Amino acid sequence: MERNFKIWRGDSRQGEFKNYSVQLEQGMVVLDAIHRVQVEHANDLAVRWNCKAGKCGSCSMEINGKPKLACMTRLSDYADDELISIQPMKTFPIIKDLVTDVSWNYEQNKKILPFKLRKAANNGKPRMYQQDVERIQEFRKCIECYLCQDVCHVLRDQGQKEKFVGPRFMIRLASLEMHPLDVEDRIPQIKAEFGSGMCNITRCCTEVCPEHIQITDNGIIPLKERVVDRFYDPVMWIYNKLFGDS
Amino acid sequence: MSASVIQTIEHDVLVVGAGGAGIRAAIECAQSGLNTGMISKSLLGKAHTVMAEGGIAASLGNVDSRDNWKIHFRDTMRGGKFLNQWRMAEHHAKQAPARVQELEEWGAVFDRTGEGLISQRNFGGHRYPRLAHVGDRTGLEIIRTLQDFCVHQGIATHMECTGLDLVLDGNKISGLVGYWRETGRFILFKTKAIILATGGGGKAWKVTSNSWEYTGDGLGMAYRAGAELIDMEFTQFHPTGMVSPPSVRGILVTEGVRGDGGILLNSEGERFMFNYIPEKFANETADTEAEAQRWLDGDREARRPPELLTRDVVARAIKAEVEAGRGSPNGGAFLDIASRRPADFIKKKLPSMYHQFKELAVIDITKEPMEVGPTLHYFMGGIRVDSDSQQTNIPGLFACGECAGGMHGANRLGGNSLSDLLVFGKLAGGGANQYVNNLTNTINCNDVDVSRILTNATDILNRDEGKNPYLVHEELQDIMQNNVGIVRTAEELQIGLEKLDNLKADIENVYAHASPQYNPGWNEALDLKNLIITAEAVTRAAILREESRGAHTRIDFEGEREEGLSYNIIIKKTDSSMTAEKISREDPPQELVDIAHASLKELEGEQIGA
Repeated sequence: MERNFKIWRGDSRQGEFKNYSVQLEQGMVVLDAIHRVQVEHANDLAVRWNCKAGKCGSCSMEINGKPKLACMTRLSDYADDELISIQPMKTFPIIKDLVTDVSWNYEQNKKILPFKLRKAANNGKPRMYQQDVERIQEFRKCIECYLCQDVCHVLRDQGQKEKFVGPRFMIRLASLEMHPLDVEDRIPQIKAEFGSGMCNITRCCTEVCPEHIQITDNGIIPLKERVVDRFYDPVMWIYNKLFGDS
Repeated sequence: MSASVIQTIEHDVLVVGAGGAGIRAAIECAQSGLNTGMISKSLLGKAHTVMAEGGIAASLGNVDSRDNWKIHFRDTMRGGKFLNQWRMAEHHAKQAPARVQELEEWGAVFDRTGEGLISQRNFGGHRYPRLAHVGDRTGLEIIRTLQDFCVHQGIATHMECTGLDLVLDGNKISGLVGYWRETGRFILFKTKAIILATGGGGKAWKVTSNSWEYTGDGLGMAYRAGAELIDMEFTQFHPTGMVSPPSVRGILVTEGVRGDGGILLNSEGERFMFNYIPEKFANETADTEAEAQRWLDGDREARRPPELLTRDVVARAIKAEVEAGRGSPNGGAFLDIASRRPADFIKKKLPSMYHQFKELAVIDITKEPMEVGPTLHYFMGGIRVDSDSQQTNIPGLFACGECAGGMHGANRLGGNSLSDLLVFGKLAGGGANQYVNNLTNTINCNDVDVSRILTNATDILNRDEGKNPYLVHEELQDIMQNNVGIVRTAEELQIGLEKLDNLKADIENVYAHASPQYNPGWNEALDLKNLIITAEAVTRAAILREESRGAHTRIDFEGEREEGLSYNIIIKKTDSSMTAEKISREDPPQELVDIAHASLKELEGEQIGA
């Protein structure tokens, strides 16, 4: 059986969707189809990928409008006669075809104050208990596919990259702030530089996360609460909520 | 194109590759005060280290206090069938605990013991629970920790930048020419030293756990520059790759499944590994299901189940079962953990396996068995280096991680790769630092050499027609899969060698369409130049070793031969052809021999070589 695909081809200046047809094999994922297109029709079709098993987060793109990993999206998830359309992530500048310039994310990561170790007593091995690390282990499952960044309204629709660091780095900040052995204080940075107030909790990031990390509920909201606890006097905060800002 | 017009960046040292070994080497260089650059074919954090699942081996002794470096060393030598470079295995076993501990101090969050220490799990060939882990995503934890630490060390990280060839000044390293994937433009790095950390060449096989990057780039570049490759005949087939559906064939299924109790069954429901226990391991392996069960239940006197024999043994056993007609429907074996552990335990300890099978194969591993079969996973062989400094025979050229050879001998134990990356990454960084500090005269990059490298790369784009690089790659994979597989014969290897030879002309004449800007076809064509060298090196070495040892199995020369321990095989470039030759192994230090051959009781009591 053959299947038709619409793949966006172009660069930062211009581009358009082109149609390709690929012979299907059992169990195929979208990335397999893209590879067949490279072999048979377009040697120079640009796509990022590595592990092909949902572990490296390289093959992020938008498939029928949904941000997804191409390696984990099975063709059998779509109806036989459904045209599958494949395009690059919208939030980042296009380099070529399905490849976008994600360097902005690496710049954000670099701004985060690094892990600072609390020295163990008597220079012994550091001790942490499983129940105390479980919540940050959830955040550390992140494979940096940036699909959450792609879908975030603040970054995608409002283009406010200079004001908000995005969900990926909010959970990275959460993984540091909640680390039992970390003694750095990033709360002022989270409020001012990283814009924790910008997120309006629509949970779109959580929905697209291929690792099923509860980004909003377990990461962003607790950080917002820590910022509030630090910077806003609770009595005045309630007053303002009830009677409006004076 | 003229060499004088291309972009130039100067570093004291350039690290090629940004997996675990590369990043650890770069950190060591930067902390020593060197101006350090690091290039990677992909984005930072996407190297194959991220795929490592089960854990990192280090004798921390957190779960079983009887463990110590000597037992880790002994296990490593036995797993490598005593062909390992003794000093490398010693460094590795001694230094691994400090490297793991250091990761924790940089923010890594391993799973914990009840006492709040780093937990350790059982793995094939390791006597005690030794693998520090995070569920089954240990590699991700390690590379992310290294990545987040390294961005604050003043290292210049150049992402999506691929090395083409090394530049020498006389016999010394003076630079590397590469290209930016994004633009296709060339770049000359002028450097005093280079550390190769480029991984293996698994992409030479059709069924492999490796990604597109693993085309033996470091092996090819080092070889062309005159470095030697060692132990290339030893390619590890991991026993458990996915076999179905066809599009996922080869994707890794962690050994942690067996470490946590998973068993292998044939189509008759028989737990067949009991029939494949090698004599050498018989004393330490359970011979009844009852004893294996007691081990799983935590009986410290019970011996280990045969599913945890070394990877070479398990891979051959699965192949033998399939050939005897007792394979699973898609030509593998059944790996069952569903009937052995509760669903909650499986989801907790093996979350990404659960996820992977559910999404890609529509199988719930907490309810039904997986189908698995051997997949090309790892190169034991690689660039020959000095055991202490990690320097090659080319002054200023270092290698570490999978692209370096010698540490693992004839077969690598699971979990020993992640520790290898960190131990030898650090040692290579130290070696490069020492070399750079002792370098007195200035070094230059010769324009003629640089121009030649550029022309070789652009020729592919300037042709009007030629072979499709993807199809040539598929042909190469077919040759290696069929002729240089898990069991080998002289005849098949010879035919393979001839076929590879015929393919060389095609590789010289591949053609890539359109501009060099982010052009995977062109990138693929360039990678093939290294992959063909890698494939030929493995084949030639495999022909020369006329015995079966570890991962190298010759049906025409069954079993280990005594003289097989007296040599390693070296591959090098002579004029325009490749030669394979045997070189004698040096006598190992007596104290290490004593440790390797001591009884466990003696080592647990630290009576040997203390």
